[in-house]
Amino acid sequence: MATVSRVAKVKIPTLSQKARQGWGTGRVSVNEPGRFGVYGGRYVPETLMAALEELDREYQKAKRDRKFQARLDDLLRTYAGRPTPLFFARRLTQKLGGAKIYLKREDLLHTGAHKINNCLGQGLLVERMGKHRVIAETGAGQHGVATATVCALLGFECVVYMGTEDMRRQELNVFRMRLLGAEVRGVDSGSRTLKDAINEAMRDWVTNVRTTHYLLGSVLGAHPYPTMVRDFHRVIGREARAQILKAEGKLPTAIIACVGGGSNSIGIFYDFLNDKKVRLIGVEAGGRGEALGEHAARFRGGSPGVLQGTYSYVLQDSGGQIALTHSVSAGLDYPSIGPEHAALRDAGRAEYVPASDAEALEATTLLARTEGIIPALESAHAVAEVIKRAPKMKKSDVVIVNISGRGDKDIGIMRENLKID
Amino acid sequence: MPLTFHKKPALVVYVTCGDPDLGTTREIVLAAIEAGADVIELGVPFSDPVADGPVIQRASERALKHGTSLGQVLTLAAEVREHAQSTGLIVFTYLNPILRMGIEKFCKVARAAGVDGVLVTDLPVEEAGEYLRATRQYDLAPVFLAAPTSPDGRLKRIGEASRGFVYAVSRTGVTGARQQLADDARQLVQRLRRVTKLPVALGFGISTAEQFAEVGEFADAVVVGSAIVETVERNRGREAAAVGEFVRRLLAVSPQLSTSR
Repeated sequence: MATVSRVAKVKIPTLSQKARQGWGTGRVSVNEPGRFGVYGGRYVPETLMAALEELDREYQKAKRDRKFQARLDDLLRTYAGRPTPLFFARRLTQKLGGAKIYLKREDLLHTGAHKINNCLGQGLLVERMGKHRVIAETGAGQHGVATATVCALLGFECVVYMGTEDMRRQELNVFRMRLLGAEVRGVDSGSRTLKDAINEAMRDWVTNVRTTHYLLGSVLGAHPYPTMVRDFHRVIGREARAQILKAEGKLPTAIIACVGGGSNSIGIFYDFLNDKKVRLIGVEAGGRGEALGEHAARFRGGSPGVLQGTYSYVLQDSGGQIALTHSVSAGLDYPSIGPEHAALRDAGRAEYVPASDAEALEATTLLARTEGIIPALESAHAVAEVIKRAPKMKKSDVVIVNISGRGDKDIGIMRENLKID
Repeated sequence: MPLTFHKKPALVVYVTCGDPDLGTTREIVLAAIEAGADVIELGVPFSDPVADGPVIQRASERALKHGTSLGQVLTLAAEVREHAQSTGLIVFTYLNPILRMGIEKFCKVARAAGVDGVLVTDLPVEEAGEYLRATRQYDLAPVFLAAPTSPDGRLKRIGEASRGFVYAVSRTGVTGARQQLADDARQLVQRLRRVTKLPVALGFGISTAEQFAEVGEFADAVVVGSAIVETVERNRGREAAAVGEFVRRLLAVSPQLSTSR
């Protein structure tokens, strides 16, 4: 008979200083690995902790390994197509009649979006760790396609989880992944979108963690993902900074990017963080209304909470249950946001605004007809913001809009929603 | 002390609260206690149960359809406590509902309801600072999970942070019944014995009387969850009676086997 007395001894467990600080105290330093202000952290079942620690160690080593970096740079250049151009949008600028608008053309990358930057980086890490099976979640399908592509390139088994609602919206990408040899597993729970795909990928990972790497596609999840994925996308901002200095001889007035989880936006923001005069503007999915469930604007209706491994702003009800979301764009249709964005917003370093479904669709048409560029519906949210903002700015102002992906995958939805035929 | 394992192995029963409704959950819990459960884990349904398999996912969805909340689960705990003074009561939950209520308020209300301990699935020891302070202040036992993938150093920290017992996860994976018990399970319990004197309860995938008896040979307690929740799912209208029968069947085999060992 084992008798357990509840409060046997009063003894403070030996935990790290960080662990004693906890949430919401504001005392956690920004420099703490995995913490951005009070946000971030590692909130996962114990089974995954060792794998996260291993990933973090391996990533830290790879970061300092010049051979690793050289191989990644080479693949980014010769395989993905970096650097991407910074394009002056002359007709759009004229049409809006204000700030000069430049487009960072991540849509021109192999597989059609910025996602490949991170997939190549994590793919090389998988090789280092000696794992052979890769799983991923996908919303719009861009991250799934990029993951399937890198798995084909490096010879890994690949399983992609995707909500069945997203499979319907993005059927072309489902086929692309299968063509690339990946298995696409439909997820039928919850809202059948990105959040549910992440749940299912986490369940797979918790089961197969010894052999499998979870190639998470955004600056979400437990540490080290938000930091690591950001680092793999920093190249966007690094290039843009050099390119705009060359083209204009000065830094931009503002940078605008859409924010789902927030990987393309943090990627282009990061190298401008210390340039305090550069305004950083993230655009969330305003969906079709302001009520909970009708949008994915975490900073409009959300509050701090923990979802899928990280502490950040979350759309949730009064009991802490995660809310359903809506956006015309599958890649922005997610109830939480990368923890670093939450910290940037609280610190006032970046601002976040919503753009509605209708505004994004309208922006798509305008960009297509003024510049001959059909943006992904995600990126169209950023275009919608520049349409509102540029006319109110001076002609000497310069704005960079990150065109994070191309619109081919969205042609079906555009056709349903834009009465063109 | 209610958080006591009266027999070896003791039985810890998990229920998803609010499936099919809170009144029935109360009857289920009382039936399980009547049939011999030593500790009850009151599962709080969550919209995104990443650590759970299909059975508990379905139960959580049903419970959330009519708005089962953490507050209601604590009210249920108080009702159960009125009827069962010597049974251990643990709130088993994901972190976000607690954060939403406020950690300190949660601990205060849980204590007042007569809850003995708390297990938060997605809260590893590293992130548990404020939680540990609050559970200590309100005299609640924080129970942490230990996994087969946890290196010894982590197991030590888990043992140090836990009170009452340590919950050992029998295998990598989500909750749900399995045919066979993994070798991982026995090894994990042995490794835990080296770093903590706390009793060890083993859970995940245990659903039959034979498995219960087998686990009893090396662990102090056995947690049965998905098999209980599935019994509830399959016996609409007579949930409590069915769970009572199930618990009695589980416990019926163990004495012979455990005396023969």
